[in-house]
Amino acid sequence: MAKFILNGESMTADVESDTPLLWVIRDELNMTGTKFGCGIGTCGACTVHVGGRATRSCITPVSSVEGAEITTIEGLSEKDDHPLQVSWKNLQVPQCGYCQSGQIMQAAALLKDIPKPTDKDIDAVMGGNLCRCMTYVRIRSAIHEAANAIEIKGVQS
Amino acid sequence: MLKRIVYGVSGAVIIGLGLFSFYAWNPSIDPITPQVKSDYSPQIIEQGKVLAAAGYCSTCHTPAGGKPYAGNYEMHTEFGTIYSSNITPDVETGIGSWSEDAFNRAMRSGVSRDGHHLLPAFPFEHFNKMTDEDIRAIYAYIMTSVPAVNQVKKENGIPFPLNIRWLQAGWKLLFADTQSFQTNDNKSEQWNRGAYLAEGIAHCGACHTPRNVLGGEKYDQMYQGADIDGWIAPSLTATSTSPIPWRAQDFYEYLTTGNSPYHGSAAGPMAPVMHKGLSALPEHDVQAISLYFADHSGANESDDPAANANLQAAIKAQHTQADLRIDEGARLYATACQACHYSSDELVKGRPLLTLGSATHLEQPTNLVNVILDGVRSDQGISGVVMPGFRDALSDQDISAIVAYLRQSAGQKPWPELQQKVTEIRNQPRFEQ
Repeated sequence: MAKFILNGESMTADVESDTPLLWVIRDELNMTGTKFGCGIGTCGACTVHVGGRATRSCITPVSSVEGAEITTIEGLSEKDDHPLQVSWKNLQVPQCGYCQSGQIMQAAALLKDIPKPTDKDIDAVMGGNLCRCMTYVRIRSAIHEAANAIEIKGVQS
Repeated sequence: MLKRIVYGVSGAVIIGLGLFSFYAWNPSIDPITPQVKSDYSPQIIEQGKVLAAAGYCSTCHTPAGGKPYAGNYEMHTEFGTIYSSNITPDVETGIGSWSEDAFNRAMRSGVSRDGHHLLPAFPFEHFNKMTDEDIRAIYAYIMTSVPAVNQVKKENGIPFPLNIRWLQAGWKLLFADTQSFQTNDNKSEQWNRGAYLAEGIAHCGACHTPRNVLGGEKYDQMYQGADIDGWIAPSLTATSTSPIPWRAQDFYEYLTTGNSPYHGSAAGPMAPVMHKGLSALPEHDVQAISLYFADHSGANESDDPAANANLQAAIKAQHTQADLRIDEGARLYATACQACHYSSDELVKGRPLLTLGSATHLEQPTNLVNVILDGVRSDQGISGVVMPGFRDALSDQDISAIVAYLRQSAGQKPWPELQQKVTEIRNQPRFEQ
């Protein structure tokens, strides 16, 4: 039995302790915004936040997140209005969209730690999130736009 | 003439054995009926609860998923597999019939109520440094507040002749530190408080002091680091290979949050020491322990780690990107590690800079590989934050490429036979609860 907090709500799942968190989120709790990509933690599609930090959920056993607070793309903002979600729409970042929830979750963690990232910072932190449609240039622009919006508003979610 | 020698030698052996038997023999202490809560003041029970936590007794006396303090936690020693005892107040299988005197004798000299010698995996040498009052408090807490569990201890897997218990008396004679805690008058009161806690209840030296071939602590190398349970307990002294010296405030941050941004996180066997153990102590006691260890590490308290040349070099090294088409380690690192382990120009807590981390600078890759394989759970390191495990994701070749890249980036000479080491570490038994 695994217990954790998902998007602010207490959750329990009756699964084996070595079940990857991603499977629990998608198959047990039916939150399908988080995607399965490579399954070995090297593409970033499954990125969620655990304790506010970007975490590859496909190689995180559910036993290791006992009691932790987990946020998925569904819980990133109340009205889908996180500055990154806004800039993502403005710049029409996604093409096929499959990797994008992972990209946004990784970018949100980046902006918390490094509020005004340089191109180098973005490349370093986002380099583990792959996009087969090659939307990298728009992703980078959207992160800069969101960083500016957060700075102007003086708020950060 | 020959006869005389034979008689003489035989006589000496017999007398020696006789004296040793006398030394090794301990009387049984009469059983008692179990204590009740009203026998002790709430204050002493509370004090005992804090001390039992600070000694993280439950860590070794509780198996994964088992009842607290009921024993049978499996330990793999060089001498064989052993199981911890049931120390709940159950009369039949625990210590319910133990008097205060019996408990005190066990804590001080490693002798069970019935007189048999306990194995030195139980760090009685350290608990012997405690005051009678503190030992009594732990007794009061366990006897009155821990639920009794009827559970028989499993048979130890120690081969003959090491399983002969009275031989333990010889071990004690040779290796055990039987001195009570000595106050050092040249040091402050706070330092002495830290020493009392670290050498006594917290038994830091049990892991951090190297041991001889028969498992005795080498007191002349106190806190200089040792292998323990498939991990390395790093040196806490000036012999530490950490690029940035440990100041008292670094120890304090590490012991209260599970992480020092300049050194690393409390993983493996250290995680429960910190989260289930020392965190129960009042703030001033953790500060005292920190001060005591900073004195051993020899760090200058007024030094600013942010200005340290090693830190500056580590920050800079992140920006010199290797050629990802050629360097497999750098490529894997960029894909699997860098999203979290990258700090911009300032070190961010929660983004550990691995070229700075203690694990990258140890004599062996053990700790670094352990963490890559099995990650860090939410109850280890920084609470509520995890690192995934790459055990089923990356091959030994992949992991050794990443580790070699990190080691090189940290300016250290390569670890020899790295890939073979990774395989060994992958296959070693896991101990964490």
